[in-house]
Amino acid sequence: MSAEAAIHGEAHGHDDGHGHSPFLAHHFDDAEQQYDSGKLGMWLFLVTEVLFFSGMFCAYALYRSLHPEVWTFASQFLNETLGAFNTGVLLFSSLTMAWGVRCAQLRQHKGLVICLAMTLGCAAIFLGVKAIEYTHKWDLGLLPAGSYESQYLPGMHHSGPSSWLYVLSAIPALCVVGFGIWYGLSLAKGDKQKSEVAGPLLVTALCYFVGVGIGLAFESAEAGEHGDVAHAVAHTDGEHTVDGHAGDAHAAAAGGDEHATEEHGEEHVEEPVADVAASPAFQSEELNKLLASPGETTMVASAAEEAAQVAKPGEATEAEVDQRGGAGLFFSIYYCMTGVHAIHILGGMIVLTWLLVRATKNHFNEEYFGPVDYVGLYWHIVDLIWIYLFPLLYLIK
Amino acid sequence: MSAVPADSARAQQEERENFLVFSKGFLSWALTLDHKRIGLMYLIGVMSAFFLAGILALLIRLELMTPTNTYMNNQTYNQIFTLHGAIMVFLFIIPSVPAALGNFLVPIMLGAKDVAFPRLNLCSFYLWVSGAIFFLAAMFYTGLDTGWTFYTPYSTTTQGPVVAATLGVFILGFSSIFTGLNFIVTINTMRPPGMSWFKMPLFLWATYATSIIQVLATPVLGITVLLLAAERLMHIGIFDPEYNGDPVTYQHFFWFYSHPAVYIMILPGMGIISELMSVHSHKSIFGYRFIAYSSIAIALFGFLVWGHHMFTSGMADVTTIIFSALTFTVSIPSAIKVFNWLATMYKGTVQLNTPMLYALSFIFLFTIGGLTGLWLGALSTDRVLHDTYFVVAHFHYVMVGGTLVGFLGGVFHWWPKMTGKMFSELWGKVSCALVFIGFNLTFLPQFVLGSRGMPRRYAQYVPEFQELHVISSIGAFILGIGLFVALGVVIHSLMRGRKAPPNPWGGATLEWQCSSPPPYYNFATPPRVNDPYDYTPLEYRDAERGWEYVHPPTTDTPATEPEPART
Repeated sequence: MSAEAAIHGEAHGHDDGHGHSPFLAHHFDDAEQQYDSGKLGMWLFLVTEVLFFSGMFCAYALYRSLHPEVWTFASQFLNETLGAFNTGVLLFSSLTMAWGVRCAQLRQHKGLVICLAMTLGCAAIFLGVKAIEYTHKWDLGLLPAGSYESQYLPGMHHSGPSSWLYVLSAIPALCVVGFGIWYGLSLAKGDKQKSEVAGPLLVTALCYFVGVGIGLAFESAEAGEHGDVAHAVAHTDGEHTVDGHAGDAHAAAAGGDEHATEEHGEEHVEEPVADVAASPAFQSEELNKLLASPGETTMVASAAEEAAQVAKPGEATEAEVDQRGGAGLFFSIYYCMTGVHAIHILGGMIVLTWLLVRATKNHFNEEYFGPVDYVGLYWHIVDLIWIYLFPLLYLIK
Repeated sequence: MSAVPADSARAQQEERENFLVFSKGFLSWALTLDHKRIGLMYLIGVMSAFFLAGILALLIRLELMTPTNTYMNNQTYNQIFTLHGAIMVFLFIIPSVPAALGNFLVPIMLGAKDVAFPRLNLCSFYLWVSGAIFFLAAMFYTGLDTGWTFYTPYSTTTQGPVVAATLGVFILGFSSIFTGLNFIVTINTMRPPGMSWFKMPLFLWATYATSIIQVLATPVLGITVLLLAAERLMHIGIFDPEYNGDPVTYQHFFWFYSHPAVYIMILPGMGIISELMSVHSHKSIFGYRFIAYSSIAIALFGFLVWGHHMFTSGMADVTTIIFSALTFTVSIPSAIKVFNWLATMYKGTVQLNTPMLYALSFIFLFTIGGLTGLWLGALSTDRVLHDTYFVVAHFHYVMVGGTLVGFLGGVFHWWPKMTGKMFSELWGKVSCALVFIGFNLTFLPQFVLGSRGMPRRYAQYVPEFQELHVISSIGAFILGIGLFVALGVVIHSLMRGRKAPPNPWGGATLEWQCSSPPPYYNFATPPRVNDPYDYTPLEYRDAERGWEYVHPPTTDTPATEPEPART
């Protein structure tokens, strides 16, 4: 009989209110065992995450050691300022996450909700900036190997919001509307718990646009400072001089195309940002025309070779690296690594939202804070991976 | 518990509370968190996959009866062997022992109520199901012809549904990772008081070693197939020579997982054999620590030898020599196990029942498989034997002769525990004999074929090889019949089998202390933890009661006493 009592006691441990936490699973002896199991499980999961990324880090190391000149050439197209800003955002989000764990342990309900909301907001800012970086590169033809376009093609200068950005921002925009309505309704109904969820989510969706705004601001500041991409290309020639050189390189690159030369001349006289923003239609039209005419493209390529002759002897010329198998491969690896990382950020946002919902229901206390702790660990590893990605892709030349 | 006399009230309670019938209805199975039910569902799943891939194997052997195309063209042949290999590897062998038997046994052997993360466990089962659906749909839709290895550049240029198949592999990989993760945590945190690491049953050591590989190697497969899918969808160029990528990089990535995966397949089988050898010889396992450590050694060495799949792919000479040398080191822990199993039988009371016969077959076949691996690990002979039937025969000896036979032995050994029914010993032995004879008849001739130069993966061959191919095909059909007999034995036992006692074989591990089948809560009171290989307190009563403890097993390590000093 005592055995039977034990069975029932154990089997229905979670709803007979024996005085332990309602979240203690029936197959664990005590809260400590449950916490330790969860923690070990999370650490193992992080090990699999590290190994998951390790494949791409290997690919990076391999191709970097085989083609160092490609890395030198291609990494200049990455915007260190935006990368550094995003690093800061993620580091700050790790702080808020760790603070959130502390809040959960101390039963600071409000603090936990605020910390989770800030973490979510930082994640959204990160994604917003990332969207700017990505769309800018897509417009420039800086794509994975199969679709990479040479930077010597004229008419590719670009700044200002890209049409891709509108596509990417559609979902966050919908989220703003949806969460806004939900927040409004829950406030109107006076449902405190729901509004505590909807409010932070609304802020998160808005934070994406904050990220986009910051990204755009940095981009245009950069554009104003450096001229344009072609100028950046000229930099690697070792000629760190005035716009005039870039203009020359341009003229050469454009070959005999009068129209393009004129256009570029203008561009350098006027404010480039305003110009391009004013005529996006022209941009794509000209690009299409150029792509459609192979003769011109060869001419462009040979001109590019001429322009690149100043490169140091013994090294591959820029024309050689500025192609699908060169810089294209760099961008393949760049998109794979940062893309998979961004997916992890998105996944993290989903579990953070789950935590937020549970936090508003007051589930966590000094006995039971495991989930916050585990998600915190996950969030730190995602942060840590970025800490490696940033120098490897953006900083090392 | 087994010491309690079997009165009718107790029997009725057992009947009511056994995990098979405790709750009824489709949802009570589909949404179950009970590790035993999940294990059984896995068992049915992997057996269906095995059935399917086995039929395909027979189709291949039928085609190879003649040197010319008989009823398949070359393209169909490519698709059939791809389907056979891929289903066998990803859907059957990898999840067979760990997911099906492991799920059932790990918590019970630990005296625990469940695995550490029951919901994750169910999640991995459904990941397996959805991966399988993805995988099969992709393959049956238009047919995949890349071989199960998806080598580039062919896999990036073929018309087949590579993306869908790789996503299926990706999902199956996560199922495998979560199972491994679950077991590591369960074994680490949920061992009962008194069960120190070196008092664990060896099956748990093998499962632990397997889980380590699953957690460490499978993510690399995940990223590899993801990059392959990206290669096809976006031409990222990492594996594509057209964009300065390198197809050999794919092979490195792929084998970095897939060689350790070979040990995911064989280690749990070895764990089963360690249990079977000891229980059915009624003698304590010989060299417990050596067997335990050799499992871990195999798991770790397994990560360092992937290059031996690529000796002819173009690596630096020094690299090939290093990989070859490392490959030979794997034979040390493997041989340690074989010698210890043999020594366990020495002077034991060996009972030649069905599980034991399968275990003996395992040792014989695995030894041949292991020894022929040395030819392939040696650089000079591998140049000649690479991509011939010698390789096919070698890995079938390890995978089928090792894992499958071990798996069948394990299924027969724990079948009474899982279902509460005894099977027919006679027909069990017949199935084992047919499997053993059929298997050798199928694959021994293939060693000869391979050494004479018959390349693998061809639907047509020169007429000189026909005789051996015919023998091999006949053997395959005998093997098929043997497996059908085995299936018949277990199905018959479900319908007509007599009730199994809690301990029909005289095992001393904890799973034999609960009733057969176990109640949904496994153990009413925490089981007595004792030496898992001490058979002295067990005595055979009769067919109805099986083996029982004559006096309570020696509990010389009370819960409060610290772990005994390691000598």
